[in-house]
Amino acid sequence: MKVRSNLYRKESYYGYLFVLAPVVGYLLFTMYPLLYSLYGSFTDWDGLGQMTFIGLDNFKDILADELFYKASFNTIFMMIGIPIEITLALLLAMGLNRKMFGTTTFRVIYYVPVISSLAAVSILWQWAYNGDYGLVNQFLALFGFEGPNWLTDKYTVKPALILMMIWKNIGYSMLLYLAALQSVPKDYYEAAQLDGANSWNIFWNITFPMVKPVTFFIVVTKIIGGAQIFTEVNIMTPTGGPEYSSATVVFYVWKKAFENLQMGYASGMAMLLGLFIFVITLVQFRMNERSSKDME
Amino acid sequence: MLSLKRFNLTDLLAFIVISIGAVFMIAPLLWTLSTSFKSKAEVFALPPVWIPETFHFEKYIEIWEKGPLLSGIQNSLIITVCVTIIGTFTSSLAAFAFAKLRFPFKNMIFLLLLSALMIPYPAVMIPQFILFSEFGWVDTLKPLIVPGLFGNIMMIFFLRQYLTSVPGAIIEAAKIDGSSYFGIFSKIIFPLIRPAVAAQLILWFMAVWNDYLAPIIYLNSPEKQTLQLVIANFNATYAIQTDYALIMAASFIALLPMLIIFLVFQKQIIESVAISGVKG
Repeated sequence: MKVRSNLYRKESYYGYLFVLAPVVGYLLFTMYPLLYSLYGSFTDWDGLGQMTFIGLDNFKDILADELFYKASFNTIFMMIGIPIEITLALLLAMGLNRKMFGTTTFRVIYYVPVISSLAAVSILWQWAYNGDYGLVNQFLALFGFEGPNWLTDKYTVKPALILMMIWKNIGYSMLLYLAALQSVPKDYYEAAQLDGANSWNIFWNITFPMVKPVTFFIVVTKIIGGAQIFTEVNIMTPTGGPEYSSATVVFYVWKKAFENLQMGYASGMAMLLGLFIFVITLVQFRMNERSSKDME
Repeated sequence: MLSLKRFNLTDLLAFIVISIGAVFMIAPLLWTLSTSFKSKAEVFALPPVWIPETFHFEKYIEIWEKGPLLSGIQNSLIITVCVTIIGTFTSSLAAFAFAKLRFPFKNMIFLLLLSALMIPYPAVMIPQFILFSEFGWVDTLKPLIVPGLFGNIMMIFFLRQYLTSVPGAIIEAAKIDGSSYFGIFSKIIFPLIRPAVAAQLILWFMAVWNDYLAPIIYLNSPEKQTLQLVIANFNATYAIQTDYALIMAASFIALLPMLIIFLVFQKQIIESVAISGVKG
């Protein structure tokens, strides 16, 4: 008994030792900053001097700040790209799931933008969207359309960003769907065909339910990612676009914190963003739990 | 016979649509490459010139002189190599402990760590910045390296899942043979999880290499900046002179390392992404 408990103590000791680094990292770089940020959001704080406690004043100001609403609206508006991307990715994956010539090459081609640096990709799209000699308008000219100056027009800047993000990310979703489709047992399809089901029935009753967990995963990660768009906005529209029409929440937080040195105010917005992401994630996990119970 | 014919037609249709899509996917990248070789007249030519009449390589020489591109590559390399090598070690050690060792509150600690995945970087970036500026670390690479050394929670999660398929009996046997816990990790566990580690390491490497938000917060002086910031500055500076060939050459240089890594490790990357998505 003595020996056993000694062994167990030794194992516990090593267990704690081995997980020490991530636990310390978590406390130092996630938990502590989070609590600090929470406190900071209730203060008047320029990052250098004293933090003066001002209660809910920051939040009152934020909720009356037109630019904050604009940035929030832009951020949510750009999520229109998510359902478009998911639909295209699923169609693409279904196409590539057939036995056909060149599937590996296609997979690589569609995935190349995913691995490419977002900064470099933002730069090349910025010039592709140029009104006078950009690639996009040159392409449209082939069909007799005269394209706008995409990034300096408040009506086209968001669609332009959405299109670019779909281009950048579609390969990732496609790959996840492809993996999911390949794990669907072939018998299901054979049985359905024997029963005389048409393509739509097969899609709606077999394929779609089978890839549902992946759809769920993609939707959650896309919304979390979509809420944090920054790089493409910062590079393609450094001033936040015409009439701030492409500024996102993270872009606005970054401006307020590191250019205007309104750390308390920026912390308040960062907390609201964090809360949004937390709630979305929680709601979706609840929904997923319920729907997977329904399926059983 | 009829159904066979119909399926071939659908296949053909799918092939055509996917091919057209592929052209759209690759065109902007090819355009970048081709523009970097163009003469000034060709850059603005209408209709667009896809293959320059003569290939101008000057811009690929100019970019090294016109901006701190070389130091940008160096800085990016220092950060990514330090973070991924040491961070992978700490992550896999922790994954081993979480998957195979017994200690009180193990699951609670693991869940606590997982909660960090729900906390976005923008929510913690301001206090992190203040913390590191108190250390005097602003405009050094340290704020970009140090947090990563403590491990990556996504990687710990992934490796822990991977380790659950390894039978505990192997570890018990090694213990009886008098192996130390670290010996078990380095001689048995690590070799076993090496393929999973490699795949995760590449993904992490790409994420750190391509990061933009954290570097833009911490790095001010041009010679301290990472490659991503250097090319963004190139873009801002030379846009006024409309020297697109130069900008595109710099962007292409920034894309190249990941393209090469991807083409070499294509299989591992794709498998790893697929597994993490389907299991996650």
